[in-house]
Amino acid sequence: MSGTALDPKTAPTFPMAARSMMGDTQLRKNVRHATDVIQAKRARVVGEMPDWQELREAGKQIRQHTMEHLDFYLEEFERNCTKAGGVVHWARDAAEARQIIVGLVKEAGAQEVIKIKSMTTEEIQLNVALEAEGIHAYETDLAELIIQLGHDQPSHIVVPALHKNRQQIREIFRREMNLPELGESPQDLADAARRFLREKFLRVKTGVSGANFLIAETGGVCVVESEGNGRMCLTLPETLITVAGIDKVVPRFADLEVLLQLLPRSATGERMNPYNSIWTGVDAADGPKVFHVVLMDNARTEILGDAEGRQTLNCIRCGACQNACPVYRQTGGHAYGSVYAGPIGAILTPQLQEMHHAQTLPYASSLCGACYEVCPVKINIPEVLIHLRNKVVKQNGMLNAEALAMRAMGIIFRSERRFRAAQRMGRMAEAPLVRKDGRGQGWIGWLPGLLGGWTQVRDLQSMPEETFRDWWEKREKKEVTRGN
Amino acid sequence: MRRGNVVSIESSCGWKENCWQKFSPRRPVLRVSLFITCYNDTLFPATGKAVVRVLERLGHTVDFPAGQTCCGQMHWNTGYQAEALPLLSRFVEQFRGSEAVVVPSSSCVAMMRDHYPKMAEELHDAKLKAEVAELLPKVFEFSEFLTKRLGLEDVGAYYPHRVTYHASCHGLRNLGLGDGPQRLLRAVRGIDLVEIAGLEQCCGFGGTFAVKNAEVSSAMLAEKTTAILNTKAEACTACDNSCLMHIQGALHRQRTGVQTVHLAEILAGDEGAQ
Amino acid sequence: MATSGREEVLGRIRSAMVRGAETGSRVEEAHAAWAGLRRGYQRSARRERGAVIELLVDRLVDYDAQVLHVGRGEVAATVARMLTARGVRRLVVPKGLRAEVLVPGFEFVEDEGLSSAELNDVDGVITESTVAIAETGTIVLQNAPGQGRRAVSLVPDYHLCLVELANVVETVPEAMDRLAATSALATTFISGPSATADIEMTRIKGVHGPRFLDVILVE
Repeated sequence: MSGTALDPKTAPTFPMAARSMMGDTQLRKNVRHATDVIQAKRARVVGEMPDWQELREAGKQIRQHTMEHLDFYLEEFERNCTKAGGVVHWARDAAEARQIIVGLVKEAGAQEVIKIKSMTTEEIQLNVALEAEGIHAYETDLAELIIQLGHDQPSHIVVPALHKNRQQIREIFRREMNLPELGESPQDLADAARRFLREKFLRVKTGVSGANFLIAETGGVCVVESEGNGRMCLTLPETLITVAGIDKVVPRFADLEVLLQLLPRSATGERMNPYNSIWTGVDAADGPKVFHVVLMDNARTEILGDAEGRQTLNCIRCGACQNACPVYRQTGGHAYGSVYAGPIGAILTPQLQEMHHAQTLPYASSLCGACYEVCPVKINIPEVLIHLRNKVVKQNGMLNAEALAMRAMGIIFRSERRFRAAQRMGRMAEAPLVRKDGRGQGWIGWLPGLLGGWTQVRDLQSMPEETFRDWWEKREKKEVTRGN
Repeated sequence: MRRGNVVSIESSCGWKENCWQKFSPRRPVLRVSLFITCYNDTLFPATGKAVVRVLERLGHTVDFPAGQTCCGQMHWNTGYQAEALPLLSRFVEQFRGSEAVVVPSSSCVAMMRDHYPKMAEELHDAKLKAEVAELLPKVFEFSEFLTKRLGLEDVGAYYPHRVTYHASCHGLRNLGLGDGPQRLLRAVRGIDLVEIAGLEQCCGFGGTFAVKNAEVSSAMLAEKTTAILNTKAEACTACDNSCLMHIQGALHRQRTGVQTVHLAEILAGDEGAQ
Repeated sequence: MATSGREEVLGRIRSAMVRGAETGSRVEEAHAAWAGLRRGYQRSARRERGAVIELLVDRLVDYDAQVLHVGRGEVAATVARMLTARGVRRLVVPKGLRAEVLVPGFEFVEDEGLSSAELNDVDGVITESTVAIAETGTIVLQNAPGQGRRAVSLVPDYHLCLVELANVVETVPEAMDRLAATSALATTFISGPSATADIEMTRIKGVHGPRFLDVILVE
């Protein structure tokens, strides 16, 4: 994977990208290991909560309620944050958000910024925009640092470097931190990161963060993290710029009692992550003296306008669906061509981008439902996937091989007579492809065109001589005869 | 017309006692309408025959509405909603008034339960909506019909083979079948039931997913067939021939000698017939 | 720009939801709907008081924090013992910290706006706390007397934290209830020392925050 930012507009289709990722043995081993570990941890800490399903329901209702009153809560947040000394900005799209942030950094006179892991800044490719203006952004989350120094791309929402193992990370740190003697134990690597970043934390005067929750009632912002790099970035700089999607707002402080239970257990399998920071505006005696919040739309309102897709916005970015997804488990995150990978990416990316840039993503799922089962706010991801597939079909029109075949099948299923004729035709059509095995059972080892995917690794049993309905009819006749 | 059939099944049942009384004590005879599903009809008639055999052996009567075709799942799940909608009306037409509808496919039942109400809504047809609401509670996946509707576990089957059970995702998650199918299997005489590792893991079928994302589907399938082979079972069973067709395709391609068999075909096994 | 980003984003939301701009009834509507949200989860303690404390200790120890449960009169001696055991000599303390903690034999620097570099030079920090959550092993600090600003409990490598038993609750909702009145204060939830699992999902303790955390539970 090159250093080029993941961009759905230029990414290959999912099947193509998956194919190349799946050839990477190391990546697949790393992804399998990481998802296994994190799933087992999650299962353990979720299992100890007897009220987990009630928490999920409450989480869902809080998020749904927020979306129904989103304008109201955003304005409330703006009012309260401003009252507390924060400055609120609104960005219609990624470009506007970048422009606002770059402007604010320049206004602060900064050449460097320290950054907390933030999917939103990845989404808008903020670092590229900062670099273009001569501003260097230091990623301070360990995984993001690995990604940044390795000129790589994140592959998971919560554990962005889960595709790298310790040897690969050591190579990156050795090279980029100039530490030829560096050991390869995770402790050695974490210590190296601590030393490398401590100097940045103490020196750099501008911080950039995302947000987990914006609290409308108080104007406060909540960030959850593990390493303490977040606290460093939120606390030590003189200027803090937080960028958040408009979907991040929650109505009240008390709502955190639900979300702060759901998020850590789902995300990292911890009862609570090591650090949560909540701050409100500017406090003269604590933390940055200047605080900006950028509220960004970037197509979220389009999702809001789609009654069936809307639940996508309820996502709290825990990544549990990625760990549970059997497709993600095989391909890792990069195949999704977007910073949002896995099941949530498969529904979020196509809606954030114009659909035709990510048409194959809604199909990157077997609809097994494992994602829905683990989602802490009960987003019915399979339902949204199907909804988006319908949008793709409408976008592509009826003049292509798949659509024509589907159309034909539809016509066949609308009549018993046609269905029976198709069954007979199928038997005739497959005949040249059928080879008998030693016991006289017919098998097909090769199929043409669209169906060829099937016979890549699978045989197909030939159609039986008699359909069920033929058998049933004969039996009915016999019975009638016997009954008479 | 049907009475004669019940008698003939009983006479070949293989047990001394009357099977119907033994396995379904004091239970009223139900008229069960079989929705075979399009792919079982075409590719797996043996499953349909087995369903008929089990239900009749339990003393129920079976009918088969002749105009039935497909539930619409393939179209709906692939994004061809417009093609799926008429199939809803067709299903309702065929099964309206049924006492119970039995379907040997969890994914088709999941399709109906999860999407039919919404489809009826989309058609803006109040009458159809009401009919769907009335009909759906009477629609059962085959194993679910036995365990939940009839309250049975032992259906008098005999199947002297080492078998592992694959839980299809739609059965497990959408229908919440739980361990119902395994309870039915445990009650089968002669069976050596072995648990598979990663029971809740998808096999990678996923309908058109298997061809649209053939590579990923294959990788998922490889994990599943490995788990199956590790059980050293002779056969892998499930409530869905769709998963089984996919699994069987690989088991055959690799010449493993392991078979796949629908749950109904195991439950239809008679001592005399083996 | 013809319209501001603000107006346009709010306008898009309103047209997405088919709503008009905010009115008085809108506030009531939102409040009523919020009050009607289903909250069937556990909101109060289930365990006996003793079991709650035991659970907190268990969770903290699980994070490799050292935990000592002491009587009111034993605080000073316990602090001295812990600092000695950890080998820390020079500590920063927030304003308003209870005086008995400032035991002889150690150097205490009161935080009067120390620079980050100065904070980086001390061996550790001692703070009190607002509330502790047993179920999750969490200690909550706010910018209040005895707890100080956030940087103080962040930059030094060692954190000794005093938790009053009366401030221990069992569940997250109980804690949020207690914090509601002071929710405007800068607040930090601390659940064990800083940690990462970014490398092969192996949990490494001590990344950027204090690597060592000790807790004294005070009767």
